[in-house]
Amino acid sequence: MAKVTIDDITIEVPDGTTILQAARMIGGHVVPPAMCYYTKLKTSGGYCRTCLVKVEQGSEKDPRPMPKPVASCRTTVMDGMVVRNTTSPEIQEARAGVVEFLLLNHPLDCPICDQAGECHLQDLSYEHGKEGTRFEFEKRTFDKIDIGEKIQLHMTRCILCYRCVKVADQLTDERVHGVMNRGEVSEISTYIEKAIENDFSGNMIDVCPVGALTDKTFRFKSRVWYTKPMYAHRDCDKCSGKTTLWYQGEDVLRVTGRKDVYGEVEDFICNTCRFDKKLTKDWVIEGPAEIDRHSVIIQNHTEKLIPKEQVQILPNLPGVDFTKKIES
Amino acid sequence: MGKKLLLQNIDVPGINTYEVYRKTGGYKSVEKVLEQKNPDAIVEEVKKSGLRGRGGAGFPTGMKWSFLAKPEGVARYLVCNADESEPGTFKDRYLMEKIPHLLIEGMITSSYALGANTSFIYIRGEYFYVLRILEKAIKEAYENGWLGKNIKGSGYNLDLYVQVGAGAYICGEETALLESLEGKRGNPRIKPPFPAVAGLYGCPTVVNNVETIAAVVPIVNDGGDAYAAVGVERSTGTKLISASGHINKPGVYEIEMGVPVEEFIYSDEYCGGIKNGKKLKAVVAGGSSVPILPADLILKTAAGNPRLMTYESLADGGFATGTMLGSGGFIVMDETTSIVKNLWNFSRFYHHESCGQCSPCREGTGWMEKILHKILHGHGTIKDIDLLWDIQSKIEGKTICPLGDAAAWPVASAIRHFRKEFEEYVNNPESIQDVKHYFNVHNVAEA
Amino acid sequence: MKNIEFSEETLKTIREIINRYPEGKHKSALIPILHIAQSEFEGWLSPEAMSYVAEILNIEPVEVFEVASFYSMFNLKPVGKCVIEVCHTSSCWLMGAEDVINHIGKRLGIKPGQTTSDGLFTLKTVECLGSCGTAPMLMVGADFYENLTLEKVDTLIDACKSSGKSSSYLVDKMLG
Repeated sequence: MAKVTIDDITIEVPDGTTILQAARMIGGHVVPPAMCYYTKLKTSGGYCRTCLVKVEQGSEKDPRPMPKPVASCRTTVMDGMVVRNTTSPEIQEARAGVVEFLLLNHPLDCPICDQAGECHLQDLSYEHGKEGTRFEFEKRTFDKIDIGEKIQLHMTRCILCYRCVKVADQLTDERVHGVMNRGEVSEISTYIEKAIENDFSGNMIDVCPVGALTDKTFRFKSRVWYTKPMYAHRDCDKCSGKTTLWYQGEDVLRVTGRKDVYGEVEDFICNTCRFDKKLTKDWVIEGPAEIDRHSVIIQNHTEKLIPKEQVQILPNLPGVDFTKKIES
Repeated sequence: MGKKLLLQNIDVPGINTYEVYRKTGGYKSVEKVLEQKNPDAIVEEVKKSGLRGRGGAGFPTGMKWSFLAKPEGVARYLVCNADESEPGTFKDRYLMEKIPHLLIEGMITSSYALGANTSFIYIRGEYFYVLRILEKAIKEAYENGWLGKNIKGSGYNLDLYVQVGAGAYICGEETALLESLEGKRGNPRIKPPFPAVAGLYGCPTVVNNVETIAAVVPIVNDGGDAYAAVGVERSTGTKLISASGHINKPGVYEIEMGVPVEEFIYSDEYCGGIKNGKKLKAVVAGGSSVPILPADLILKTAAGNPRLMTYESLADGGFATGTMLGSGGFIVMDETTSIVKNLWNFSRFYHHESCGQCSPCREGTGWMEKILHKILHGHGTIKDIDLLWDIQSKIEGKTICPLGDAAAWPVASAIRHFRKEFEEYVNNPESIQDVKHYFNVHNVAEA
Repeated sequence: MKNIEFSEETLKTIREIINRYPEGKHKSALIPILHIAQSEFEGWLSPEAMSYVAEILNIEPVEVFEVASFYSMFNLKPVGKCVIEVCHTSSCWLMGAEDVINHIGKRLGIKPGQTTSDGLFTLKTVECLGSCGTAPMLMVGADFYENLTLEKVDTLIDACKSSGKSSSYLVDKMLG
């Protein structure tokens, strides 16, 4: 076990735990945001730099600070490590910088993007970004491509988190898409317009933190905050069959994996569950899905399900009182 | 004439051939280590020598070697970094082209010290003709029993291969180099683990620059102490300097560490002064990545002491008034040079060479280039200069590998020391001349 | 378009390259083989050529495409018979690379990144080739042409034209 102190809160964690995981064990405001790290995907993380933290003391044995900010998702804790996240102004400044870089070439097309309302980049920019843009040049754009019948790749929105590539590498037996070119013009693409046909390819949609990979069967059907998420399950011979169904009225508009508070799925689900089972009779309904109380998704539907004592003011947004909105 | 430890025989006719190289005492270090049969003693000698990595970072080589993990039954690798791509640097090419057996001898001796049985020289693709020279020399070394099985009856086996790159500055970063050597995109790895624990094919690996490995030869031959006796302070031995730009005698010079910068620029033994009798304006002393210094600060430190060609003296004053020895790529600029234009050129380079893996470098390098292009063409504002400063500060130290720093430092130092020139471009755009346009290729797919 | 297939002799060379690496690490041979493919298949890597290389190494075609598109020496579109690569970084820039590029561009009627309509020349700008002490410089195939003057450039273009040879990184001293 190793003792680690993050923003003055000390916790004991198993050896080999990363700083990010330790912060998630503490929970709340000390948790750094993560755009590319994904617990279930090996070798993920380290690319986006949003989770940078300051290591003020390396360990009990070697108390020297680390010279540069480190990616908390890829740095394991040492016994006696002291970490600063929200209590370090320079980390807050660095993070605002990273958010600016990620938004530099990202289109401002949230009003027509299916991901809006459950987009991690939206959340990140609200919580850690600055107002306005200082970038006055043309943003880079790419053509949309279909990868398979059910998935659309809108590369212009991609932040190159590599999660979808890792899904293809680790969940499917044949990878036909990957990262092409170099530097600023790097792009996720297929090798000569090839369809991704694999039972688990749909998980690329779930792991995508932005609207770069979207479910074509849900495209433009509704906004996520007009739909009502319900947990459901079915007997499936390919996956656990545990999903979230997104209802509008009586219709199931889409099926996704069940996501935790960090947007990570509990289980990867198969394409049959995701794309082919869109009738209530296909499923055993368990009840309303647990959705982060800060999410725009619950603003329309499930607010009453949250016990009042659990409703708190968002720590990162001083002056904004969310309780009022939820109660009204 | 300073002491030479690497290039002393460079003018001997035929030194690129095995026969001549051997006659001038070549491969003695291999004989010595195979006879002594004590690899750890070699590591000790290298430690004693004070040799520091000659690729740019200046990390003590002996220490790097002693970090190499040695788990039972796991292969260890020595990889030579011959990806020399830092703008302003061409010393490794010179050494490999003129005296290839020195590198091969160093590779054998070093591989023996580290217990490697397969070693690679990773050379940048653009040096294809040098690759042929190395391959020929390696063939000669095999034929004469210095490589292969049971070398000179010692029981030690070593295979040495040259691996070719294909055009990517980032592959000079040691983990990107290993990725490339494994047949992948040259994306730097996230550390830890360091190559000493998990490098090539996940095995313990040491990656050293060409010049570093060549320096092991005199260290083994004459002892670490003899090597450390050359040079000053923690800058021991000799250093190959690639001198270029507006000077009378560009080329590769082996200097004893400690030569005053002024002497290096103006003496006929080295650069021979500024071309066409012009005045010195600025110097980039260690390859394009290191901070640029104006004439007064490169010749003397802020405290008024003569600046010397050493790690310490060049760094004197930190980044406020100092710079770095880096790879020894010494680029001299005369009084007619536009710092803004030159910086745009550097920024274009880093933009082109960013691997694209992490966001500050992928997005920030292109942004800086665009702003510089705007200023260069007379459309900039004072705000743009401040913005540039802010962007570089948000890249520096935030990226996976040092390319982010390398892109940020030139911008920071140019603004720090030459802000007035940037303001001149902003305030008097009509005075800007000599801005030419040509189309840039940023993507190989366009070619 | 030539047949996308290596000769028996080339395949032998490729097998030798693959044998350098430990078992299961044959992907290391990818970049060296791509150089051979580019040289043998008209100076560029077509999707067919890359699929063929993938087949030889028993890896996914997308892995080849990822790698080929990363490195600037690999051409993913057809190029002219003679590819002229002019360094435009740092010392070459200080010593007049712009003039060299503009001169070649004017003489051939193309911009960097383009190929002449007769398919003879492609002009590329490239980053520092480690020839800073002999700047400005350019590269044709594996050969460096250094300390350039505009006259030297003209002579070189004429020599390329009259030689009728194709530039290749694998051939030293293309013009003798």
